[in-house]
Amino acid sequence: MTNARKRKLQNIAALSLSALCALIGLGILFAILFDVLKNGARSINWALFTQDPAPPHLAGGGGLKSAFLGQGLLTLAAAALGVPLGILAGTYLAEYGRNRKYAKIVSNLADMAISVPSIVIGTFVYAILVKPWGGFNGWAGAAALAIIILPVIIRTTEEMMAMVPWNLREAAFALGASYHKVIVTVVYRAAAGGIFTGILLAVARVAGETAPLLFTSFNANFFKLSLSGPTPSLTVTIYLYAASPYENWVRMAWAAAFVVTALVLALNILGRALIKYRVKG
Amino acid sequence: MSKARYLNLGFKSLTFLASLSVLAIIAGIFVCLLWESLPALRHFGIFKFLFTADWNYAQESFGALRPLTGTALTTFLALLFAAPVAVGTAIFLTELCPHRLRGAFGTAVELLAAIPSVIYGMWGLFVFAPFLEASVQPLIGKTLGLLPLIGFFFQSKLAGGVNVFTASLVLAVMITPFIASVTRDAFNQVPATLKESARGLGATQWETIRQVQIPYSRQAIGGGAIIAMGRALGETMAVAYVIGNRHAPLDSLFAPYATITSVLANEFNEAAGLQLSSLFTLALALFLANFLALYLGKKLLKKEL
Repeated sequence: MTNARKRKLQNIAALSLSALCALIGLGILFAILFDVLKNGARSINWALFTQDPAPPHLAGGGGLKSAFLGQGLLTLAAAALGVPLGILAGTYLAEYGRNRKYAKIVSNLADMAISVPSIVIGTFVYAILVKPWGGFNGWAGAAALAIIILPVIIRTTEEMMAMVPWNLREAAFALGASYHKVIVTVVYRAAAGGIFTGILLAVARVAGETAPLLFTSFNANFFKLSLSGPTPSLTVTIYLYAASPYENWVRMAWAAAFVVTALVLALNILGRALIKYRVKG
Repeated sequence: MSKARYLNLGFKSLTFLASLSVLAIIAGIFVCLLWESLPALRHFGIFKFLFTADWNYAQESFGALRPLTGTALTTFLALLFAAPVAVGTAIFLTELCPHRLRGAFGTAVELLAAIPSVIYGMWGLFVFAPFLEASVQPLIGKTLGLLPLIGFFFQSKLAGGVNVFTASLVLAVMITPFIASVTRDAFNQVPATLKESARGLGATQWETIRQVQIPYSRQAIGGGAIIAMGRALGETMAVAYVIGNRHAPLDSLFAPYATITSVLANEFNEAAGLQLSSLFTLALALFLANFLALYLGKKLLKKEL
């Protein structure tokens, strides 16, 4: 009887311990969100979006207008480079190369490329796009982000297109359509929702990337809507301002952290909601 | 008819060319980093570079020993902290959590993985590090710090909360969600009949978890942990804030130190010559270590699931 009791107690202890683990995990999530919200919301004001950075001794002045613009431009350029290339490559893997060994290898490599440390990508892009061109530039930053987006888009496109039933293609073939016509008019249309979700999640991923921008687009206080020179971004601004001794800059870093976190979480939640909606409907 | 055929061929070639981009990127990273590393590797020699602790700008003498051991130590400690918490969270999500809340809790854990690492780093620096310094560090110093022989390693040396311990914990917070969701998925794959058989034989819920579910999904958990290890190796922004990037012998768990990523983040932009080449060599080492971890992890995961 004592043995049974011991086992029962052991059961309760172990299960409570795992509940405690979950509590710690969720507790930390809410602690981070709470701290970012608390410190960020206090620092958000209209000037943050409309003014350029002020010298640190001017307490309360200035904003991060150029960082917002730069971040938007970098992300847009990265998506413009990475998304079409990724969809085309994913198309090859899912359609023309479907049963080829080459496609399998590329697919596996793309899987690995998703997890290459982003700082390594930063050093690589520095070597090919910054050093030979004599300085930090926004194009290099966009290229680094595009390299991060690309494998994500390739894998989602491949998976989404492979999920389109083969009968659909056969029906189109039977009408006399050639393969490229079938892909463009039938398969793309069927897989569009899934690919769009993939793009959303990939953009969410690069919106928070800092390390690859540090060595490529770096930072600039003033910015002329062009990627040819150093380009400011919210994440690099957070990194540099948070480590600075000026209270004013730290405050702005929290505000930027709040905006970035809200953006990334919103994109993720939207992407997840779309997936759920598609699975149900 | 032939026009359609040409168009098809054109589209096929276009998609094929696009697929080459993956090979170009992977090969490009490797070749480029190797090329940039050559001056340092030639000057110091590969073994001398790997096993020298010196990192001296004035004498242009650079060795990878400290960043390498720093990365290995923080990653190891992060896994040590994260793995049990992650498995516990997975048990909670699959066994204890009420069905209606499972989806919401699961999503919350996954969202934790989506928060950018620079936010973790900032939070670590301003909130977590002072908290650890004020409450956890003295506690460990007063208990483990009193042990003979190894006690000195648990004594606080420098103030500020910026040290190996904090960096490892921040890393652990970052990789826990990933291990937890892989483990949860693996637990959900365990056939219900297996669990029911164990319960039918009189096993308690915990005994079923420990003797049926965990052994059944051991390989997947291992694979998830190894992939998470790869992430911890290459995590930059969180570590760069809280490790301190100090080039000195490590004399305490609560002392600042350097990792590959902290050295890169702090010194890359100002480096030139041999130092820059040495930094490229560190990046190459990181790339290779991460690739190896991913390869092993994916292999383990695929076999099981």
